[in-house]
Amino acid sequence: MDFDQSSQSSRVSIPPGAEQDALLKNVTDTLVDKGFVVAQLDNLVNWARTGSLWPMTFGLACCAIEMMHAYVSRYDLDRFGVVPRPSPRQSDVIIVAGTLTNKMAPAFRKVYDQMSEPRYVISMGSCANGGGYYHYSYSVVRGCDRVVPVDIYVPGCPPTAEALVYGILQLQKKIRRTGTLWR
Amino acid sequence: MADARPHVHPLSDLGEAIAGELGNAITATEIFNDELVLHTSRKALIKVMTFLRDDMNCQFKQLMELCGIDYPEREERFDVVYCLLSLTQNLRVRVIVSTDETTPVPSLTGVYSSAGWWEREAWDLFGIYFSDHPDLRRILTDYGFEGHPLRKDFPLTGYVEIRYDDKQKRVVYEPVKLAQDFRSFDFLSPWEGAQQMLPGDEKAEEEGAGEEKSDDA
Repeated sequence: MDFDQSSQSSRVSIPPGAEQDALLKNVTDTLVDKGFVVAQLDNLVNWARTGSLWPMTFGLACCAIEMMHAYVSRYDLDRFGVVPRPSPRQSDVIIVAGTLTNKMAPAFRKVYDQMSEPRYVISMGSCANGGGYYHYSYSVVRGCDRVVPVDIYVPGCPPTAEALVYGILQLQKKIRRTGTLWR
Repeated sequence: MADARPHVHPLSDLGEAIAGELGNAITATEIFNDELVLHTSRKALIKVMTFLRDDMNCQFKQLMELCGIDYPEREERFDVVYCLLSLTQNLRVRVIVSTDETTPVPSLTGVYSSAGWWEREAWDLFGIYFSDHPDLRRILTDYGFEGHPLRKDFPLTGYVEIRYDDKQKRVVYEPVKLAQDFRSFDFLSPWEGAQQMLPGDEKAEEEGAGEEKSDDA
């Protein structure tokens, strides 16, 4: 697989045809050749990625409080290996907690771009999902998925801390399901 | 010792005292919702504010609020409202000036320095211009935002919205396209909105009447 296109390849879906057949044959051949070892390698990589998902906490509004609740003692996220990092360069996932406004959108995109692959996005709360309570406002981005590709949506206003923990566990399942060495 | 006079609000004395000192700088005084409100003109604003801040009986050292109100049907469509608090005298007063879109109001930053950001907000959201303001620029709206959003003729959803354009590798502004129109709910449904009479209240009143009758009997 092409490293240069690695940021694009996980997003672009190849329609059925010769190109897709070639890709699939490539992957199958690799698996047949290397077989058990590669599959175990994938398991190892997925275990490493899901076991230490470090979020960059992008607490924008009230959902940030519920995110804090998820971090502290009752719903302790540290036991899942989830430690909050202040910098996008050191994190795997970004939790968009709160309303994304027009003013914040370019900064948010810049922060997302500074994260290194593999990176995931959890959209927390109805404002981040689709504009939410402020959907009809003049200064709100109607869903952070207009700006970044989102992996998990956690509904709620705010979602309970438990719901956010559930969302993070869903992300872990998604990583195991769709993860490969090159993401 | 019944008081034959009609009830006089305790703040009206203060209102009269201020009006007496300042003369025709105060165009109107009123007690609204138990709060003293003074109306003044743009020209006299600094004088009135300085008096309210410095006078021994007033000592309104704190500016608590500076906001605009839009009455589009009026000639002078904007009201600028200043709320003052006196900690030593435990009093609050409200001062109102009115202006329109093109007439500037003198800036209060020389009297209360906290007015700086309040006036920036009034400028940003309403378009009320403050003359002699040291730094009058937008404070809340987006960097290239055009328009004054809290005016009554500015639509709720605005004119532009944002999305990220992958080709240009930046966020772009596009005319707004709502997926679902704004719906205004009437809150008459029992599921949405509190009811004055909870179900069961009529039975409570009947029981009270019933008990009374049994006591008499």
